[in-house]
Amino acid sequence: MMKFEYAPAPESRAIVDIAPSYGLFLDGTFTEPSDGGVFKTVNPASEEVLAEVASAGARDVDHAVAAARRAFEPWSALPGPERAKYLFRIARIVQERSRELAVLESLDNGKPIRESRDVDLPLAAAHFFYYAGWADKLGYAGFGPDPRPLGVAAQVIPWNFPMLMLAWKIAPALACGNTVVLKPAETTPLSALFFADICRQADLPPGVVNIITGAGDTGRLLVEHPDVDKVAFTGSTEVGRQIAQAVSGSRKRVTLELGGKAANIVFDDAPIDQAVEGIVNGIFFNQGHVCCAGSRLLVQESVAEELMAALKRRMAHLRVGDPLDKNTDIGAINSAAQLARIRELSDAGAAEGAEAWSPPCELPDRGFWFAPTVFTGVSQAHRIAREEIFGPVLSVLTFRTPAEAVEKANNTPYGLSAGVWTEKGSRILWMAERLRAGVIWANTFNKFDPSSPFGGYKESGFGREGGRQGLEPYVDLEPVRGKAT
Amino acid sequence: MTATVASSPPGVSGSAVDLRSLLHGLPGVDKVGVEGRAAALSTRSIKTTAKAAAIDLAIRMVDLTTLEGADTPGKVRALSAKALRPDPADPNCPPVAAVCVYPSMVPVAAEVLKGSGVHLASVATAFPSGQAPLDVKLADTRDAVAAGADEIDMVISRGSFLAGRYDDVFAEIVAVKEACGDAHLKVILETGELGTYDNVRRASWLAMLAGADFIKTSTGKVPVAATLPVTLVMLEAVRDFRARTGRQVGVKPAGGIRTTKDAIRYLVLINETVGDDWLDPDWFRFGASSLLNDLLMQRTKLTTGHYAGPDYFTLD
Repeated sequence: MMKFEYAPAPESRAIVDIAPSYGLFLDGTFTEPSDGGVFKTVNPASEEVLAEVASAGARDVDHAVAAARRAFEPWSALPGPERAKYLFRIARIVQERSRELAVLESLDNGKPIRESRDVDLPLAAAHFFYYAGWADKLGYAGFGPDPRPLGVAAQVIPWNFPMLMLAWKIAPALACGNTVVLKPAETTPLSALFFADICRQADLPPGVVNIITGAGDTGRLLVEHPDVDKVAFTGSTEVGRQIAQAVSGSRKRVTLELGGKAANIVFDDAPIDQAVEGIVNGIFFNQGHVCCAGSRLLVQESVAEELMAALKRRMAHLRVGDPLDKNTDIGAINSAAQLARIRELSDAGAAEGAEAWSPPCELPDRGFWFAPTVFTGVSQAHRIAREEIFGPVLSVLTFRTPAEAVEKANNTPYGLSAGVWTEKGSRILWMAERLRAGVIWANTFNKFDPSSPFGGYKESGFGREGGRQGLEPYVDLEPVRGKAT
Repeated sequence: MTATVASSPPGVSGSAVDLRSLLHGLPGVDKVGVEGRAAALSTRSIKTTAKAAAIDLAIRMVDLTTLEGADTPGKVRALSAKALRPDPADPNCPPVAAVCVYPSMVPVAAEVLKGSGVHLASVATAFPSGQAPLDVKLADTRDAVAAGADEIDMVISRGSFLAGRYDDVFAEIVAVKEACGDAHLKVILETGELGTYDNVRRASWLAMLAGADFIKTSTGKVPVAATLPVTLVMLEAVRDFRARTGRQVGVKPAGGIRTTKDAIRYLVLINETVGDDWLDPDWFRFGASSLLNDLLMQRTKLTTGHYAGPDYFTLD
């Protein structure tokens, strides 16, 4: 008998050339900020500074929106097949540079290279390919024979899937003929800045895509800018609320994709081994930094003991550590602030009487780390069952009947996603009719595809991204004024 | 499902109903999920020291096999010699686990292998179809054991299994096990003909309940042989079976495993499904023929730093 220890298998970071500092990407060129400062972006796995990045101030935001405004008319006047060519070109370049971008994403975000390589980058490219395909078919999308774009879109994206969220935002906007100003999160600005280079490589006309970097203040300046026609935000429910207030009463169209506290529901007739995989994937994928994470496990009481034993056995195989090691399953927590939030909620769980369990695992000395954790003995009243933790922390609750499962699953202010595990097809349909969540997975979890619409109910936001439905937020649905019908 | 099943096997004393309800009461297998898990594990990157250790272990797990109509004493003698010293240039290269031949070739192989510690396996029971009367299968088994085989690879009657006659399949395995005497019994499920992963799990349990020492995927004689997801389901079955009964059963994927990369993927599957206890030739085997030379080539590459061409490795 032998112990099979995997030797380190690091992906080389030599493929990425990170500049010491980055300006703002305005009107097709990198520009120094005119009234903002700079901030540092760090590798959360080592706390090493990766680059200095510009912080855009009010004048920079003005410049960015003005550039997008100037670019709007010629861009929207291009025939659909011409816009499609640019999008296909971008999609191909993203694919060609995917290894470089995957390493960059893992460095800046802390996610394992296995995920940036196998999930983030392939899906980002797929999103551009998918919406490139719509650009010349908008008349058949169900929004009238000749849907018009809205104008300038202000897009603010989160740090959990920087490149993928950029693709979700930019691809449909451009396909419909809009121009964009996009702000990546302050802890993960680099892949968006590399994307700016891809836009130049693709000869995208200047001003069609502008990338500005900065923290919350920059984001506020952008979404409140009077010359913006459309606001698209993915991030926390708290910031989403502020944005909704800021734009209320204005003509701006808004879509918000916010938090979640998804129930992953396992029935006693579930395929147990695959359900365990689904639970692990549901909460530990991307360190649990996933808005649709299956953070509440609802398990039928009659199989709870068996399932928990299988889950713990499986969790003992999770490999936590260097995000660039090809065998790492769980990487670093994205920032010190996020780690503090996870710790705070996890401590609250213990203080409220739930029982925490983690597999034995050694965490690196430097960087931001949190061991995969499962809480049992959780009740609906506990904070860890109600608040979004956005980390590798699973809360386990039990139920007795399908009706009780639905009741508990829906008993949350959120409604982004849910999972149902059962071998009974009719029960899947029965549950899907009753669960109030935008996405329901059956016998799987955290599966994404550009053709499938994604979005939430209640405090998880509104509007859909992906699929034909994902075009709607970027086309003008008002009747054309002054035109005889 | 209860732990008492192993001590009082169903299928005897008219308890066929128990066997059916037990097999049909096993948790289902989701096809998409199990294939996804196997695909995810096959992206593990095994390099340097880990690769060297994995290659040596894989060599020690090989059941070096020849099952051709054209097999002759000369061919089997050569194969057996290779089993003992797979790499004549390197005395540190371990021998394989066993040689696997048709019953008629057992005496030839036995002569070469005797006293070496390399096991001698023989397919029996009207391999590969299993379509022969029981007494013929039992005679086939006894002859092979008498001629020196210490491992018997039997095939189940897929026809009986697919027709739902679980008690027949059970009784046949029990009878062959008895005919084996001290020889170890590997039960070939021929998973390529079972059609679903649910059937693979049921057939695995059926074979284990009937006394199999090993469960094996395939004969290598039908188009679909061993696959990673099928082996994953079988590993889950032996893991769960040991948890319920205390008895450990081995697993042998066979057919279609040709490269070092393939073999290492199986070792990763073991490592992250059932753990160290099965990372041993007593509990895991590869039924293969061409795999060995690829393992030797990769081994030489790791020890010398360069690839040697196929001419530097013996054909058999």
